[in-house]
Amino acid sequence: MVEFDMSGDLVLSVNSLRKNYGDTVAVDDVSFHVARNEIVGLLGPNGAGKTTTINMILDVLEPSSGAITIEGVGLAVSRTRALSNTNFAAVYAPVPGNLTVYQNLRVFGMMYNVKSLAQRIEEVIREFDLLKFRDSKCGVLSSGEQTRVCLAKAMLNRPCLLLLDEPTASLDPATARDIRTKIRDFTAQGHGGVLWTSHNMYEVQEVCDRVLFLSHGKVLLEGDPKSLPEEHGKNSLEELFITVAREPLTLELE
Amino acid sequence: MNPSRIFAVVLRQYYLIRGSPSRILPLFMWVMIDMILWGFITRYLNAFTNSGYNFVPALLGAVLLWDFLTRVMHGLTMAFFEDVWTRNFLNVFATPITISEYVTGLVLSSITTSTFGLLVMLLIALGFGLSFFIYGLMFIPFLLVLFMCGIALGIVGVSVVLRLGPAAEWFIWPVPAMLSPFVGVFYPLSTLPVWMRAISYALPPSYVFESMRAIVRGGRPSLLGLALSAALAVVYILLAARFFRRTYRYAVNVGLIARYSAESVS
Repeated sequence: MVEFDMSGDLVLSVNSLRKNYGDTVAVDDVSFHVARNEIVGLLGPNGAGKTTTINMILDVLEPSSGAITIEGVGLAVSRTRALSNTNFAAVYAPVPGNLTVYQNLRVFGMMYNVKSLAQRIEEVIREFDLLKFRDSKCGVLSSGEQTRVCLAKAMLNRPCLLLLDEPTASLDPATARDIRTKIRDFTAQGHGGVLWTSHNMYEVQEVCDRVLFLSHGKVLLEGDPKSLPEEHGKNSLEELFITVAREPLTLELE
Repeated sequence: MNPSRIFAVVLRQYYLIRGSPSRILPLFMWVMIDMILWGFITRYLNAFTNSGYNFVPALLGAVLLWDFLTRVMHGLTMAFFEDVWTRNFLNVFATPITISEYVTGLVLSSITTSTFGLLVMLLIALGFGLSFFIYGLMFIPFLLVLFMCGIALGIVGVSVVLRLGPAAEWFIWPVPAMLSPFVGVFYPLSTLPVWMRAISYALPPSYVFESMRAIVRGGRPSLLGLALSAALAVVYILLAARFFRRTYRYAVNVGLIARYSAESVS
């Protein structure tokens, strides 16, 4: 396993996280961190435990054991403080379609207690090119436009920790590239870090500073997405991904 | 509790109601129909029986008070169902909002919508000659007790739907109708068999309707009974809040919040 510089301040620290449903173990003793300015890719086949991990970080799923710390605040100790510094966008969690873009941003902005909310709403509307949809109901927008609304919602409170679960899954390549640029800009500003899941290995390689491969609820590999394939004798990240999905034991034995 | 997060829940409901006739009409449509129907029935009974007993404050007043409780309960559950229908739990419960803030937001939404329904009912009641001065100041504790009961029922209702999934919605709508025979909306509790009366005494609205009938007959309401009903209502609200909190913790523990549409995680 690759050692990383831990001296930078961490926006997310996950220690010995475990979730089991009866005898089924969904997440098994997972530990990792996300530093400020860093984009960490959480990769793995379907059912590997990525979304379960994200749900636990969002406190919509209670861990069986382990600890989550966001911006130095224990989630189990002070949920409200920890989640004030967090936000997320997920392809499976669109904002309500029966409210307009502006209404959704206002309601969620108030839930995150965003200061100078009116001004912040206008900023994210401009940033995500939503001006012409400002008063449109989200339900009538295309899936790509809805994703941009979700991302605008996710940026409203200038989170220290941004969780993105397949944020570009429904976007055309050009829009996806714009979104990736925006996320990179977000981390470059030095405010926060990102935990990103995606099945698009090209995107992961382009965006992520570091990746974690999950398989059967465990972290199997960790490293730089550009050098990791070669370190494990693979030609590409996609090839490595397929090996993780189909033959995880061969990597565990290395 | 953070006022901004509480107000966010109310604001969401305001946005939804403001632009939606299908949400505005139910706020007053059913209570309006009930009031008109019972207004004519009481008018007919007054003319037909010729007993000197005024059915208007006894029956029409009872309909108004019972519909108020129903509107309070449904106002709270409707605000919750908006999150069910839009599959919005993940977005809402991943924010810093606390359970107390969320439920307080639902209660405030319910106060707003039920007040609107109450005003419509009062106007129609006036049209049938029902003056609420007949109940005197007792009208205030009547409304207060029924409001608290509606809130307690609403919180229990949303807990059941949170636990059992969206399909459990149909359990919620008929709850007031199921309770009405026990609380003696239209008849004295003495009419009921002993086993039903035992249940009635545990239900705060029973004391309200008994007191209301006592006033109409020219007697005095039972202040002790009303105090007991208020105390019972407070206890039920606290128990309902505890029930919701436990249900929410269960949902978070088993993963229901994140996979709500599955209705169960087994």
